[in-house]
Amino acid sequence: MLDVVKTIPIDYYVYLSSLLFCIGVFGVLIRRNAIVVLMCVELMLNAVNLLLAAFSTYLSDAQGQIMVFFIMVVAAAEAAAGLGILVMIFRNTKSTDIYSLDNLRN
Amino acid sequence: MQALVPLIPFLPFIGFAVNGLFGSRLSKSTVGLIGSGALLVSFLLSVACFNEVSATGPIHSVLYNFMTVGSFQVNFSFLVDQLSVWMMLVVTGVGFLIHVYSIGYMHDDEGFWKFFAYLNLFIFSMLLLVMGDNLVMLFFGWEGVGLCSYLLIGFWFTNKEYNKAARKAFIMNRIGDLGLLLGIFLIFKTFGSVAYTDIFSRIESVNPDPAIITAICLLLFVGAIGKSAQIPLYTWLPDAMAGPTPVSALIHAATMVTAGIYLVARCNPLYNLSPDALTIVAAVGLVTSIWAALIGLRQNDIKKVLAYSTVSQLGLMFVALGMGAYVSAMFHVTTHAFFKALLFLGAGSVIHAMGGEQDIRNMGGLRKALPITFWVFLIGTFAISGFPLLAGFFSKDEIFANTYAAGGRLWWGLAGLGGMITAIYMCRLLFVTFFGNFRGTEEQKRHLHESPGVMTIPLIVLAALSVLGGFLNTPHFLHLGTPQWLGHFLEPVVQNADPAHGGEPHHLPESTEWSLMLFTTSLALIVIVVSYFVYAVRRGLPVADADQTGLTRVLARKFYVDEIYDFLFVKPTEKMSQLLHYYADIWAIDGIVNGIGSGVRAVGAQFRKLQNGNMEYYLIGMVVGAVLLFLTLFV
Repeated sequence: MLDVVKTIPIDYYVYLSSLLFCIGVFGVLIRRNAIVVLMCVELMLNAVNLLLAAFSTYLSDAQGQIMVFFIMVVAAAEAAAGLGILVMIFRNTKSTDIYSLDNLRN
Repeated sequence: MQALVPLIPFLPFIGFAVNGLFGSRLSKSTVGLIGSGALLVSFLLSVACFNEVSATGPIHSVLYNFMTVGSFQVNFSFLVDQLSVWMMLVVTGVGFLIHVYSIGYMHDDEGFWKFFAYLNLFIFSMLLLVMGDNLVMLFFGWEGVGLCSYLLIGFWFTNKEYNKAARKAFIMNRIGDLGLLLGIFLIFKTFGSVAYTDIFSRIESVNPDPAIITAICLLLFVGAIGKSAQIPLYTWLPDAMAGPTPVSALIHAATMVTAGIYLVARCNPLYNLSPDALTIVAAVGLVTSIWAALIGLRQNDIKKVLAYSTVSQLGLMFVALGMGAYVSAMFHVTTHAFFKALLFLGAGSVIHAMGGEQDIRNMGGLRKALPITFWVFLIGTFAISGFPLLAGFFSKDEIFANTYAAGGRLWWGLAGLGGMITAIYMCRLLFVTFFGNFRGTEEQKRHLHESPGVMTIPLIVLAALSVLGGFLNTPHFLHLGTPQWLGHFLEPVVQNADPAHGGEPHHLPESTEWSLMLFTTSLALIVIVVSYFVYAVRRGLPVADADQTGLTRVLARKFYVDEIYDFLFVKPTEKMSQLLHYYADIWAIDGIVNGIGSGVRAVGAQFRKLQNGNMEYYLIGMVVGAVLLFLTLFV
């Protein structure tokens, strides 16, 4: 299993997770749909997870993988809370457009 | 007795406190009772003091140490000697009568309790002024009476003109007060003390430069000029007639304005060392006495005539002081307090009956409707004009005789001229007001009534004093009663002197005194008779304002002094204030403050654009920030 991971050079993991992270960032910046924004946040988190797991294997250090579990737990909790908020927003505004949430402006 | 001395000023103060704090909840009769009662007790205590002082000498009562700064020490203490006890009797005695009168006069006024509180505060301050044993106490009282004067002139404060008059009085007094204060400073610097007894006992040992003595005397006199309304600071007094009439009688005729005379008489040991200062005092007094008398000739407001008469009489007192005749000045202070209070209160009774009318051209024939007022006013007028054996006859004659002895014919002639003009305008006032036909409206005619007893009784008492007051100090050659009684009484504190000619007053031969007296008296009688024919028999009436021409107009407009002061001092000051207001205040100071404010707002307006509520801007900011952080840390 570890060898499988190691068949791919570490540079590629770095490129892939950087790419995923950037996709997540741009998704958060430019998308209006709250669900997509939330998914993009997850994408950023998982880009980091991937990098952690890869380095952990290459350096034979389990700490990185333990950190991944923590991040997954936190991400799951965050997704649950975020989706709960989103459901309430949708019930109230009949939309998932984050730019419609400007009631407190001015 | 010594323990009771502080009660004399503090009883009116208690009256002030009670009426001032609780007066609005007390009934009018209670307020009047407290106000006049406190004064009556003060008067009785003053009489007791008078007995003790004349039997055993001055009473010195130290209450506590007021302040000690280095070698400068002031006690809150009273010195009741012959001079101050005499002033106390006049202040509390005349003050009590005016308080009683005010109960009737102010009866329908909303501010009844306030009026009595102010009056009592005034009496308290005036008593501090005359009873204090040092110049700081005098200054304390001096400022206190100024404050009360301001409060009472502006008593009907809803009238803007009255407020202006009050302000004018306060500001003009302040100019004089500065002189007094500088005089006190100079006295302390020279003699190392502000207590009268220390100052006068150290004159020999300190032996100051005559120029310093003259400077002290002139500075004190500047204070007296302000308070006693002499040229050039006299214009506040006629305007002070805006106050209720009892105030004019008490403060602006009988007591407060004589504080300047008291000050000079009190400091007579200093003035005796400076003949130059005395000459200036006499000159200012003489010019004022004629100047104000001339203006009084053509005034048509009953109170204004009396006000100019007061200024003129005060001038005469300063002539007496300047001639070294301190006792004569104090004598005239006393008799003037009697007849001028009487005249003002009589005028108040007329105004009361006329429903507020003050122009004598709208009066006339009042002697039938107001018999008591008429008779007391007649007595007052004759007393001030120098009708034989009335109060003013003796006191004015004494001043004229002393002026003749110390100053010579010219001074005597000019002082006598002032006295003659006084007789003219007072008789004009009397005859125009009380003789002829009634010239007011029908409504005023129906309303005419004699004042109630609470007002007429003080008038009658004052009239009796105006008749008998002269016998306090009769001249030797008449052999009436005790000659020079007041002079003997005041002798331990003040004596007549003639410092310009060696110190001792020059005594005239009896024949000269007789002829002087006969001359002035016959002049006064001629004036009275001629005025009677002009104003009462031929019913000569003062012309309407619009028809005034030539000299009449100049006199009626008071020599345009107010206009000149307005042009010279008031307008430039206002202009200056406006310039400072626009350039220094609005432009510079407000400009800086507002500039800082609007600068912050402008910068804030730019920063506000960042907080526009769009999530993506925040996120972009966050990402750009993170990238920049990354670049700076790792690249």
